[in-house]
Amino acid sequence: MNIKRSALLLVAVVAILSGLRSQGQSVNSGKADVITENDTSRSITPFFIPATASKKAPNAEGFIQRWLLLEPINKSIRSNLVFTDNYLKTQFETDYFPNQFTVIPKNGEKVNVGQQELLWHALESPNFNVKLFRFAYGLRKQTYAVLFWAVTIVNSPREIKNVRLAVGSNGGSMWWLNGKEALILDGDRRMVMDDCVSTRLALNKGKNIIRGAVINGPGLSDFCVRLLDEKGASINDLTITLQ
Amino acid sequence: MKLIVKVLCTIGLFSLLSIGKANAQVGKPFIHDPSTIAECDGKYYTFGTFGGGLISEDGWTWNVGGVRPGGGAAPDVLKIGDRYLIVYGATGGGLAGGHNGTILTMWNKSLDPKSPDFKYSEPIKVASSDGIEDNDAIDPGLLLDPTDGRLWLSYGTYFGYIRLVELDPKTGKRVEGNKALNIAIDCEASDLLYREGWYYLLGTHGTCCDGPNSTYNIVVGRSRKVTGPYLDNMGRDMLKGGGKMVVSAGDRLIGPGHFGRIVVGDGIEKMSCHYEADLDQSGRSILGIRPLLWKNGWPVAGDNFKEGTYEIESERRGYALELRVDFTRMPGGMRFNRNTDEPVKPVPSQELADVIKSWPAGNIAVRINDYMFRPHQRWTISQVPGAGGYLGGPYYKIVIAGTDRALAATPEAELVTVPTFTGALEQLWRIDQLTDGTYRIMPKVALNSKEQLALVSSGDSTPTLARFDMNSDNSKWNFRAH
Repeated sequence: MNIKRSALLLVAVVAILSGLRSQGQSVNSGKADVITENDTSRSITPFFIPATASKKAPNAEGFIQRWLLLEPINKSIRSNLVFTDNYLKTQFETDYFPNQFTVIPKNGEKVNVGQQELLWHALESPNFNVKLFRFAYGLRKQTYAVLFWAVTIVNSPREIKNVRLAVGSNGGSMWWLNGKEALILDGDRRMVMDDCVSTRLALNKGKNIIRGAVINGPGLSDFCVRLLDEKGASINDLTITLQ
Repeated sequence: MKLIVKVLCTIGLFSLLSIGKANAQVGKPFIHDPSTIAECDGKYYTFGTFGGGLISEDGWTWNVGGVRPGGGAAPDVLKIGDRYLIVYGATGGGLAGGHNGTILTMWNKSLDPKSPDFKYSEPIKVASSDGIEDNDAIDPGLLLDPTDGRLWLSYGTYFGYIRLVELDPKTGKRVEGNKALNIAIDCEASDLLYREGWYYLLGTHGTCCDGPNSTYNIVVGRSRKVTGPYLDNMGRDMLKGGGKMVVSAGDRLIGPGHFGRIVVGDGIEKMSCHYEADLDQSGRSILGIRPLLWKNGWPVAGDNFKEGTYEIESERRGYALELRVDFTRMPGGMRFNRNTDEPVKPVPSQELADVIKSWPAGNIAVRINDYMFRPHQRWTISQVPGAGGYLGGPYYKIVIAGTDRALAATPEAELVTVPTFTGALEQLWRIDQLTDGTYRIMPKVALNSKEQLALVSSGDSTPTLARFDMNSDNSKWNFRAH
């Protein structure tokens, strides 16, 4: 049973708290989670390492592990079930920071979103997936009810047609290739490899920019992205850079 | 008389066109996160979140009465030898605002609170999560490996990994030195089962606890080793989110989760779950029991039998169960050499009123014959209120559509139809979907027989009652609505 991830109805909360009290367990006063609140050893390692300028290809299965990630934008989300296509487009097409659909930020660059001052981080994930929850948690940022932006550059040695962008995300997400909308993942999703794939696209010879936005309410935010060829096999002879 | 016949025909036609709903359990089957159903001294038990549980005398009608101390969430139960091992998550799942979970086991010799043997042992901690790591120790599921007797426990929720640890089947304690293995991500309510050389990991995906908006669904991956990797039908590892659908919403039942497997007998398996919302029961979370089928080596939920009017087709030859009455020709005959410019128009089907007067008034025998969708071949099957049931289903009456003429077992273990359904035990039928998707049909009783008998084809055209044999198409039937 997953209480936290779901839309918590007030009745359910009351019932849960009542249940815990009847078991003689303490319910912390006002704090969502005492253990994580008191966790002084928070870090984004081992989930991320700083990105380098070294040549880096996708992993053996084609997953892209080098990304520029923006610290999470705080949102107000009652339930992940609101993540309809229209809701997501409205959320992702909102102007949060200048040039959000064109910028290739630098590591450490700051942007202001409302009252939040947020940093871009150039990172690499040792895993096939990019654990956004651990990114936010390690930086002591809000972990639930958040919106993440991610950017990476795919360098292709040749033009490749009939390519598909394959994405899995925990939370709703939207993805763009070279400035054009490629796909949208609606609903309260778990991250599943190749969950949604784009229609046939073309990779340019040279630089291609993949941009993504992931939104989540209560959930362990993450995503995985790879490119598939016209036969459905992963495209691995690419290099991933961040500038 | 003519009017009565017309009314009967109307009823028959209506029932031919209508297929009913497959009910969930009856009584007060309200529960969330049910444990795998366990049988103890002829009764059935399942336990849920926050303690307590449901009891059923027959497996169909469920009411409160189960006793499980410790509160917490999402228990599982497994009979090992002459004892029951109960495992539950004491905390976690966000229950205390965080993910520091603890899994506990305890024993009981009986699940019946009225039994003198009913006494829980002290709970033992077997797994935990610290609230920070990518795991939440909640939602345990047990597997006693039939190949070597080793006992395994899977647990976890959407908060990180589903993990696997080994327990001692004699003590219920964690095997000393055993380290937890990650075997899946982003599931909840995991459960393991073994079948024909494969280990299967079931997990629940989707949104929990939001009534009719819950998107809970159950998926599966399989492995040759209990330790994984568990891959779905596309070869995707459940550690990468893989999973093949076992069951999702349907029949006004929304959000199935918390899989449990029950092997009833040869060829008959059931799965237990809860539905987050039954729209016919105030949208409450209720216990579900449905057939478990196996298709190409994958488990898939079958459908509970739906009331309706059907051809009862033998799997043996494909013939249909019918009344032993004279065949009545429809108007018309040879259709050769017709003028192709002649207007085309529908020809009415043969109706009950066209033939019923030619049928004997008393008992009529049955046989099996090629299906012509004639009135003597169409059977209306409906629940008999108050007649009780069996695990996952109620007893049914089987009557010729538009009439009250009922199929019955004879003292000689043969079949007959009686003019009027009386509710006698030999007129009550149990219908179970088999693991291959066909059905077993059994009378509640077959007089003079101590054995449980089933409807069987003894020849292509001859039905009888005999022992069920999963390996023979003689024992299998299909219900076809057409």
